[in-house]
Amino acid sequence: MVKPQQTLSQQLLRYGLYAILAVAALVYLLPLWVMLLTSLKDVEEIRSGTLLSLPGSINFDAWSKAWSGACTGSTCEGIAPFFANSFKIVIPAVLISTLIGALNGYVLSLWKFRGSELLFGAMLVGCFIPFQVILLPMARMLATLGLANTTTGLVAVHVTYGVAFTTLFFRNFYVGLPKELIAAARLDGAGFFFIFRRVVLPLSTPIIVVCVIWQFTQIWNDFLFGVVFSGSDTQPVTVALNNLVNTSFGGKEYNVDMAAALMAALPTLLVYVLAGKYFVRGLTAGAVKG
Amino acid sequence: MNPKSLSLPETGTVRPVTLRLQDRLAAQLPKLVLAPTVIVTLVAVYGYMIWTGLLSLTSSRILPVWKFIGTDQYSKLLENDRWGVAVENLIIFGGLFILICLVLGVLMAILLDQKIRAEGALRTIYLYPMAISFIVTGTAWKWLLNPGLGLQKTIRDWGFESFTFDWLVNPDMVIYCLVIAAVWQSSGFVMALFLAGLRGVDQEMVKAAQLDGASMPMIYRRIILPCLKPVFFSAFVILSHIAIKSFDLVAALTGGGPGYSSDLPATFMYQHAFTRGQMGLGAASAMLMLGGVLAILVPYLYSELRSKKNG
Repeated sequence: MVKPQQTLSQQLLRYGLYAILAVAALVYLLPLWVMLLTSLKDVEEIRSGTLLSLPGSINFDAWSKAWSGACTGSTCEGIAPFFANSFKIVIPAVLISTLIGALNGYVLSLWKFRGSELLFGAMLVGCFIPFQVILLPMARMLATLGLANTTTGLVAVHVTYGVAFTTLFFRNFYVGLPKELIAAARLDGAGFFFIFRRVVLPLSTPIIVVCVIWQFTQIWNDFLFGVVFSGSDTQPVTVALNNLVNTSFGGKEYNVDMAAALMAALPTLLVYVLAGKYFVRGLTAGAVKG
Repeated sequence: MNPKSLSLPETGTVRPVTLRLQDRLAAQLPKLVLAPTVIVTLVAVYGYMIWTGLLSLTSSRILPVWKFIGTDQYSKLLENDRWGVAVENLIIFGGLFILICLVLGVLMAILLDQKIRAEGALRTIYLYPMAISFIVTGTAWKWLLNPGLGLQKTIRDWGFESFTFDWLVNPDMVIYCLVIAAVWQSSGFVMALFLAGLRGVDQEMVKAAQLDGASMPMIYRRIILPCLKPVFFSAFVILSHIAIKSFDLVAALTGGGPGYSSDLPATFMYQHAFTRGQMGLGAASAMLMLGGVLAILVPYLYSELRSKKNG
């Protein structure tokens, strides 16, 4: 579309456009940049300099303190143990909810039965309710089952309310598969699970990636379930970070706060940078079709 | 017995019977696979909603007590000054957050849709905040917005001595801090939605309008933006959903303060149900939040379903 010969005003407009986009990009990057700078300064440099002044020398003291020495509420072991907690919650929750979602989606698209659409609609409500409405009974239920304040309990909660989304992903993906493929396999006498394993699953890689990334981001970033359902030694990293930042005794160490925040953000940022394409697809699929 | 299995040619004496049993089991398999999710949904979504609804009609404080007192908790809630502040805050916060995200999202999507050379990189930059937890966002903006050492000091140090930006500690302005941080986090996502929508606009129509001599602003206003109506709609629903559920951002950025000037319904509910031993009141506030979500969602789903049937 760009014509070889542009008039001067068109060219100026083009420069203006790029300038606006570049400034916007800087605004979006600013908080991350400031966090990084702050985390590399010492407390004295933070007091004397501005947000954007560069640290005199790069030192990772704040990072090591945030990792293994900073106080998060009752303990002073840094966020490392809680970082591990998050992984202990996220990995099983993502795997289980993705597997269940795949099976549900498979049923709801290729093995529809009377009333299955209605059930699908009923499940989707789980995507939309404000979770405040289930917190109190869920806390009681977890206590009754002996799962209060446990990692298992948190995994169960995340699976329970994540399955609606994962089902939606897989169902919308499988609806687009060619019907002939399944019909042919059924004519050959292949059964429900055989077709799932041998025909459908090998075609599912893109949606599995989308679903895993979406669930990973959601559960890693969760705070509400973490703060309500976890105990002091099973807290996910978001809760620990919030405690660290709001722990008020002693002088405020903004460099440690920022280092801890960056660490908590790192896993999802990494996923986003490495697989951004799928991340966006998950967001829009979950959003537009939901 | 269904007629099909009866009309099967009888090839053996025993096999058809077992086959039929297997068939029948196989026919139920999809339902069996779906059953656990359906049961869990029935209990943990619908059952819990009813449970909370019933709880909101009781006098429960620290523990659930099944003594029904009618709608007292709701009248108490509506008289509660703190709840009033939370609802008012939600209206300000939600309104501005949604409006700014929509405007910025459309503008950035349109600007990015002009065959920009570094589009991929720019898109990545605009969208990365969405990958971050609201707790991290809150922590970062708490640092940026704190008047003592943050933006205010930075700009003063640059020579603008009288520059003042103390919204974070100003009860009248603190709610706008939440708006800033939330917009930073979510506007890129709205942009991505609109960009996807723009790519779906029929280019033939645009070309035809260009041939007719329509100017670009005119084409955007008359042809392209109307095509994006569904995107506006879903973006609105998603954003209002984010706004009503906003809890983490408040917890990390302001903690509801100063005082309770930046409380939102979600933080109010958490405070009363889990830390202040006012379970009945907390349940009532949760039900009102559910009501708010439904008020937005039901018309949306209704129109979605209708358009699907018609289209």
